[in-house]
Amino acid sequence: MSAPWDVVATVPDPELPAVTIADLGILRSVSIVDGRVVVTVTPTYSGCPALAEITADVRRALTDAGYADAEVHTVLAPAWTTDWITEAGRRKLAEYGIAPPGAVSPAPSVSLPLSVRCPQCGSPDTRESSRFSGTPCRALWVCRACREPFEHMKAL
Amino acid sequence: MSLAGYVLGLADDALVLAQRTSEWTARAPTLEEDVALANIALDLLGQARYLLTYAGAEEGAGRDEDALAYRRPSSEFRNVHLVELPNGDFGRTIARLLVFSAYRYELLTRLADSADPTLAAVAAKGVKEVAYHRDHAAQWTVRLGAGTTESRRRMGAGLADVWPYTPELFTEESAALVAAGVAVDPVSLSEPWLAFVSGVLTSAGLVVPDVAAAPGGGRRGVHTDAMGPLLDELQSLHRAHPGAVW
Repeated sequence: MSAPWDVVATVPDPELPAVTIADLGILRSVSIVDGRVVVTVTPTYSGCPALAEITADVRRALTDAGYADAEVHTVLAPAWTTDWITEAGRRKLAEYGIAPPGAVSPAPSVSLPLSVRCPQCGSPDTRESSRFSGTPCRALWVCRACREPFEHMKAL
Repeated sequence: MSLAGYVLGLADDALVLAQRTSEWTARAPTLEEDVALANIALDLLGQARYLLTYAGAEEGAGRDEDALAYRRPSSEFRNVHLVELPNGDFGRTIARLLVFSAYRYELLTRLADSADPTLAAVAAKGVKEVAYHRDHAAQWTVRLGAGTTESRRRMGAGLADVWPYTPELFTEESAALVAAGVAVDPVSLSEPWLAFVSGVLTSAGLVVPDVAAAPGGGRRGVHTDAMGPLLDELQSLHRAHPGAVW
């Protein structure tokens, strides 16, 4: 039987199936309490509609691996940050066509726009076309070099 | 005021503005803006859900988030009037988003240090989202205010429409909760709020409107004529099919 962390860590994000919930840093902890697996997850944004799905997917993965009656809890603190996305997660996002976020600025009141690299052609000559996109965590960008639109996961 | 009552005010502001903002879905001036407003509404709805759940738990009467959102009459909603006002045109929508998100940003920044760990967690998470809403509204305010004669006229008119409803945001409430370090004193938010908003208006070539304050009363359950129709739509499914789930 695989260790419970290894089972849960492979659960893909329902809206970004190329990355797992461990890659995104939304899987906070996996422990065993009185013989039951207890998993803690945190939402990316308060309104993340995928959280119910993630909870169900985690429970299903554990049941399939032989861990019945798993508990899945949601925590809000500490608040999720894109700094928790792993190196593997960043690489997978870029391969999937989503430009990964830069480091979160230490002073959030200072807006310092850094270039976002086009995940298609790699050019840094890109511009933001909309601050919001298909999910709350993404923004819409366009590459000036290859002219392709792409999504960027915004630093949070 | 009870903790549940205070939390309900925080929740209802977010819930009602989420409902109003979502009215723009499929009707915004551009596709990008449609997506932006839908995302902003979703963030606010998410904040409202955590707060409603907490208010229900604190109240201890067995009401969950759905019971509080769908089965309360207007007189039990504790939101400020600003969030229930009809959207009007895009200028007014942006003016409201600017003044509201600037207020909520100041509020959540301080609430993140609340002695109540649940409120602190919801606030610390929400402030990151509201910072983005505030920035979005500020950018549009400057674009419209410093844009064409018509966009400037509409932005100024929208601002004058919503401005009378801003003093209600800074009305004193729940002194005991403030003294306990749980709630934030709304009066203390007025100054930093005005500093931010007037800075944006200056960049937009607009001025702070010189208009009289509206009466207020939302936190006591007294609402404007706009609240009834808003709840009719928000609660229509639960009124037709009580207890419906999906």
